[in-house]
Amino acid sequence: MYDASTLFAQLLNGLSYSSTLFLVASGLALIFGVTKIVNFAHGSFYMLGAYIALTVTNALPTTGFGFWGGVVIAALVVGAIGCLIEVTILRRIYQAPEVFQILVTFGLVLVFQNLIYEFWGPDEVLAPRVPGLKGAVTIFGERIPQYNIALIFVGPVFLGLLWWLTHRTRWGRLIRAATQDREMVASLGVNQKTLFTAVFFIGTFLAGLAGALQIPKESANLQMDINIVVEAFVIVVIGGMGSIMGAFLAAVLVGVINAFGVLFFPQAVSVLIFLVMVLVLVFRPNGLLGGRMVAQRPGDLSIDQPFRLPTRAMKQAMLAAVLALALLPLVLPLYFEVIMTEVFILAIFAGSLHFLLSVGGIVSFGHAAYFGLGSYAAALVATRLGLPMAAGVLAAMVAGAGGGLLFGWFCTRLKGVYLAMLTLAFAQILFTLSIQMVSVTGGDNGIVGLTRPSWLNSHMAYYYLALAAAVLATRLMRRALYAPFGFAFRAGRDSLARSAAIGIDTARIQWGAFVLSGAFAGLAGALMAYHRGSVFPTDFSVSTTVDALVMVLVGGVQSVSGPLIGALSYHFVSVELIRNLADYWRLILGLFIIVFVLGVPQGIVGAFMNRFGKGER
Amino acid sequence: MSTPMLEVTGLNAAYGQAQILFDMNLKVRANEVVAIMGRNGAGKSTTFKALMGHLKNRSGSVRLRGEAIEKLPVYQIARRGLGFVPEDRRIFSELTVLENLDLGRQPPREGAAEWTVETLFDAFPNLAAMPDRPGSDMSGGEQQMLTIARTLMGNPYLVLLDEPSEGVAPVIVERLARLILDLKAKGLTILLSEQNLAFAAALADRAYVLDRGHIVFEGTMAELSANEAVCRAYLTM
Repeated sequence: MYDASTLFAQLLNGLSYSSTLFLVASGLALIFGVTKIVNFAHGSFYMLGAYIALTVTNALPTTGFGFWGGVVIAALVVGAIGCLIEVTILRRIYQAPEVFQILVTFGLVLVFQNLIYEFWGPDEVLAPRVPGLKGAVTIFGERIPQYNIALIFVGPVFLGLLWWLTHRTRWGRLIRAATQDREMVASLGVNQKTLFTAVFFIGTFLAGLAGALQIPKESANLQMDINIVVEAFVIVVIGGMGSIMGAFLAAVLVGVINAFGVLFFPQAVSVLIFLVMVLVLVFRPNGLLGGRMVAQRPGDLSIDQPFRLPTRAMKQAMLAAVLALALLPLVLPLYFEVIMTEVFILAIFAGSLHFLLSVGGIVSFGHAAYFGLGSYAAALVATRLGLPMAAGVLAAMVAGAGGGLLFGWFCTRLKGVYLAMLTLAFAQILFTLSIQMVSVTGGDNGIVGLTRPSWLNSHMAYYYLALAAAVLATRLMRRALYAPFGFAFRAGRDSLARSAAIGIDTARIQWGAFVLSGAFAGLAGALMAYHRGSVFPTDFSVSTTVDALVMVLVGGVQSVSGPLIGALSYHFVSVELIRNLADYWRLILGLFIIVFVLGVPQGIVGAFMNRFGKGER
Repeated sequence: MSTPMLEVTGLNAAYGQAQILFDMNLKVRANEVVAIMGRNGAGKSTTFKALMGHLKNRSGSVRLRGEAIEKLPVYQIARRGLGFVPEDRRIFSELTVLENLDLGRQPPREGAAEWTVETLFDAFPNLAAMPDRPGSDMSGGEQQMLTIARTLMGNPYLVLLDEPSEGVAPVIVERLARLILDLKAKGLTILLSEQNLAFAAALADRAYVLDRGHIVFEGTMAELSANEAVCRAYLTM
């Protein structure tokens, strides 16, 4: 075991990291509190702060003055960029459903990643030691870098500054008032636009500052953004959305858990942190210090037109479409046959997300969890147990349903952003486990060597299997949509309180929907695993979830046929992009997501119907 | 005759596809107290939300002292001198009485009474006794007083008072009535919505009766009180 001095040194290192976490999380909490935007791009501002600070401090003389001056300049530049983003993009989506906000800010993540890659290249960059703080302090025989000690104080100092700002200045009190009720603040003659822009400046300034302060400790790299933003979300959720003091407590907690976790459970640090979050949310659903939030938006996705049973003409059109798809392999070149097979599989995945999102209003931001559970279950059953494909597919659906059963139990206790963050947390736990449990999952290398039975070996046979599965899955989910269960689920989306009042057990209905959706996502995962012959940790990643979200979005949130159309258009475009413009695909994809959400939020099918088929979809 | 303080012409408003207000016309002259009467769901609060700009889905013209305000954002409408006291009070519960008042502050306006914390504490002695109490620790009646005082800090020409007597104790209702008469005496113009005929009769000069989004009666308060048919059909007795 470790002796006391090691533990103490580790505690100090943990606290120093807490400061970084607090700077990022407090900015996130501030922005969320006032604007109600879930800013997924917050980690990108942190990463940007680190890279800009590297460039600026290199240009300035290597004195203490040069370093600290450079840090402040970098943070100011990041704040200015934050303002620009707020004014040009985010201002347009304050009234939009959460899922659109998450998507737009994730689009920003992609854009920033690509731009930073362009400007600074793919390699990690380490900053020189900080002049004046190059040495180490010896405490109880352990050497701790002076810089880390200095950093410990940054967190409390900024907590004090933020407390002074929000409690001792009129402007800060306006922020607190707007956090509670921004409509009333406007009624008193306060211009929300300037308030929001200013809050965004402070929030992104803090993120940039945290990134800039991190460079002497850790080399700047292109993975910084997602890692920190997920941790910052966890902190904000543990602390209570919008609460600065809560963010501080949670940052200390997470920093310390991180430090000791590295000593005792090096394989499972992030799992540990997510488990703490889950525990906190189960016992205090609004976080440690979060108050009850005034709902400022009607429902998550205001569906202005209910789903309608297909008319006879539509049924015939669908039958014709399926027949056309069935005849397609006779004329299609092999390449398109393969892509179309993937489209069908992804349509099942997107359909399962669509079911939770559009039918139930549940933002499943970790939907990749069920896809990955399915793919890994299929791969493990095939490679470890040597069972045939049918058993693998069955196991995948059971695993997906099991995931829905377990995660749904926690998630249906929460609402809105908290629910979205918890689903993300579960997916991230699985993502981390799939990388770290090398003996079971093969780590980064994944599992290879899944073989299909001989009758399914040809591309054409697998094309028909995927098509049949997609048709069957869509039909079953559509059946559920119009079943009493589906009506109850939709009632919960529109008003939880009223559904409960007429005797619907909304939590149980939603739980059931998680299980159903998980099973179909698992099916998609298994089919994809057998299609590729391999599975990888990316099956669990945020970008897999975002792919599905974009497909649902592109197809149209409000249309039942959306997922297929979305999978079709999105998959073709992204495959072509990656093939031809590999260096810019993130930039293009990010911009596409942003423009699409701002321009065509009702999706392709919705836009088409608005134009040509009023009322029917 | 001089320009009315507030002139509303052809106001329509809707939530989504459900239209709530139909072609509403109303006028409030300077230093008048006018009551909008009607049952729950008649459209009283919706009228105020539409006037204030909170409800975007609306058409028609709204003029404050002759100036068109219907296209302005909420905060600009407030800065033109239209004060709003919402029905559900909406005190900032984390902030103290003084801090709540401070957030309502706007520069004084020519032709409108000028309020300061001191003069407001004179008018609202119960608030003066608790300057540092957080909003969350106040009773409903105290919160109602604070909302009115907070709106007055903006030195408005006209205050929209949404159902001030709802949900407060009878003794407070009486105090509120006296307060509103004091405010009128100080030159304030008030448009209030009300279900309670006795309360409105004690305060208002004129009244509009609203039913399912249509104005079904307009006249002086005395005319309304005398008109039993209208009272029985559209007001809770």
